[in-house]
Amino acid sequence: MSVAHLVKSFTLWEFVKAHALTLKYFFKPKVTINYPFEKNPISPRFRGEHALRRYPNGEERCIACKLCEAVCPAQAITIESEPREDGSRRTTRYDIDMTKCIYCGFCQEACPVDAIVEGPNFEYATETREELLYDKAKLLANGDKWERAIAANLEADAPYR
Amino acid sequence: MIQTLAFYLFAALVIASAVMVIMARNPVHSVLWLILAFFNAAGLMVLVGAEFIAALLVIVYVGAVAVLFLFVVMMLDIDFASLRAGFVKNFPLGIAIALVLAAELIFGIGAYQAGRIELGVASGAAAPILDASNTASIGAVLYRDYLFLFEAAGLILLVAMVGAIVLTHRQRPDGARGQQNITKQVRRNPNEATVMKQPTVGEGVEL
Amino acid sequence: MTEFFQSLGMTYEWAWFVATFAGILLIALPVMLAVAMVIYVDRKVWAAINLRRGPNVVGPFGLLQSFADALKVMLQETIIPSAANKGIFIIAPIVTFTVALAAWAVIPFSETAVLANINVGLLYILAISSLSVYGVVMAGWASNSKYPFFSAMRAAAQMISYEVSIGFILVCVVLWAGTFNLNDIVMAQKGHGFGIINGYFFNILLFPMWVVFFISSLAETQRVPFDLTEAESELVAGYQTEYSSMAFAMFWLGEYANILLMCMLNALLFFGGWLPPIDWAPLYYVPGIVWLLLKAFFFFFMFSWVMATVPRYRYDQLMRLGWKVFLPMSLIFVVVISGYLMATGHYGAAA
Repeated sequence: MSVAHLVKSFTLWEFVKAHALTLKYFFKPKVTINYPFEKNPISPRFRGEHALRRYPNGEERCIACKLCEAVCPAQAITIESEPREDGSRRTTRYDIDMTKCIYCGFCQEACPVDAIVEGPNFEYATETREELLYDKAKLLANGDKWERAIAANLEADAPYR
Repeated sequence: MIQTLAFYLFAALVIASAVMVIMARNPVHSVLWLILAFFNAAGLMVLVGAEFIAALLVIVYVGAVAVLFLFVVMMLDIDFASLRAGFVKNFPLGIAIALVLAAELIFGIGAYQAGRIELGVASGAAAPILDASNTASIGAVLYRDYLFLFEAAGLILLVAMVGAIVLTHRQRPDGARGQQNITKQVRRNPNEATVMKQPTVGEGVEL
Repeated sequence: MTEFFQSLGMTYEWAWFVATFAGILLIALPVMLAVAMVIYVDRKVWAAINLRRGPNVVGPFGLLQSFADALKVMLQETIIPSAANKGIFIIAPIVTFTVALAAWAVIPFSETAVLANINVGLLYILAISSLSVYGVVMAGWASNSKYPFFSAMRAAAQMISYEVSIGFILVCVVLWAGTFNLNDIVMAQKGHGFGIINGYFFNILLFPMWVVFFISSLAETQRVPFDLTEAESELVAGYQTEYSSMAFAMFWLGEYANILLMCMLNALLFFGGWLPPIDWAPLYYVPGIVWLLLKAFFFFFMFSWVMATVPRYRYDQLMRLGWKVFLPMSLIFVVVISGYLMATGHYGAAA
């Protein structure tokens, strides 16, 4: 128990030092971005909200091979299919339960025609649980909405595939 | 007008909550009613101009004593069935005590009505100091007129406190389970508690 | 204000009644507004020290964040647990809230602006703040759930411990000022330091007491580092765990009203209250309430600054600090200060 120690503990020296440090940080510039107004750049491989894509002529890509349904580790995908009037194999139902999905990206890896992809969108919080049970119409609408961004991302990532 | 209203409000609440103290089934409710009674009694004291006493009543009784009551009662695991089991057995005794208390009250009030007993003023200086604030008056009475009694009371309380501490104090041997020396913990500094080692690649550290 | 209502043709008693009622509203509503703004300041200060931005979306600079929170809380459903003791469960937040507001009655905002200029103002504050433990204890017991109950026990022990040393510190101030009246205490601080500086903090004997008072007021209002009653890592949310909606909001409001009150007390007792910091004539042109609010705001900043800096105490450390450090220290200072005052003949007239 030295004198220095006594003086230090009675002047609350360590508290004073700590507060000086925090006061210094109080005036430093903020390191966080102003989120809803500013956003960080994201990788082309970013796995966000799912989308079903179409060919440029408007034909939907998905051929109901059910590879994604088979590979999905969370069993979030449900597909039913039957031949369309023109004889081509198409899905009649393509549902993703977004509350089950773990965003592993296996579905887009498995897809032979690049139909199901995980887009760059991650801001799709909903007020009810039901809104997160995506059906085919919702996924196709997503695809239409995000097609440009998705196509650009796929192209940017293509050299490494 | 407002004074009268306030008096009847406080008085009614004191009596009502005092009744509830003994009527409430749950002991915690009883304590809470007791606190309400204390609080309203303090209100009555403010009405008669004894604000210092009122503040002390709230600080000491409501703020400290009743908290301890509440504390103890809250932690009790009370079995209501066994509590009520003795009701019939103890009923005659209870009635007897109630009668004695009632008789004493009646006698007391009767005697008071018949004429007050002149106790006499303790000394000439003890006349109330009406113009000073009641903090100053109480100070004057306690520290000038009754200094010896006040100090003696203080001494008795001190002895009681020392006694309570001696009775409950229990010295745990150093290093026993649950024994912590906080001063020692606070004084630890990194130089005593840690060592820096610079191990060369491929060799371990001898500790 | 009483005269104004009398001029409207009321009798003195009713004029007094209405005037007091108006005074209560005039204090309580701004206090509530101040609480809302102060929560915003709190969050901004923590954010700044953590190098974050804090609330910045609702309204300009996020100024309306607290009101958005209040609206959200009001629209929620009040849930009363089925095992709870219903009556006490509902009364507890009301007690906390009422008690937090009641203490404001004796705070002098300037020389004349005080609702109840009573002789025992400081004792009144002590009495009211000793009541505030009841809201917490009742909430903890009535919730009929283990974490709130632990929290209630901690709160009761903590508040009683620190009230003792706060009481002795107030005795030091009262000894020096010679009065319990808050307005007179403020006046007694005029030119205390070398005849220039207003405030007791400049006194070498009272400055350590201010430090102890500040730390004790942190403990009394259950702020970090003494927020063991709502230590989220141990007790979920402490005594508020079972509460929702307005009941929860009332705890929140009461807590912050208490914090503001403690800031005011720091300013009034040690920093000259509504007097300007320096006893220099031009500064007296600024209204007293501005100085008081500036000082109180500074202390609030210190409260949040401390919150962003230090980690939480352990429970036994808290008790040790209260009983083994602060209590003996404040007792010694009461003796030293009264001895000093007697020796210097400060008490010639009082006896």
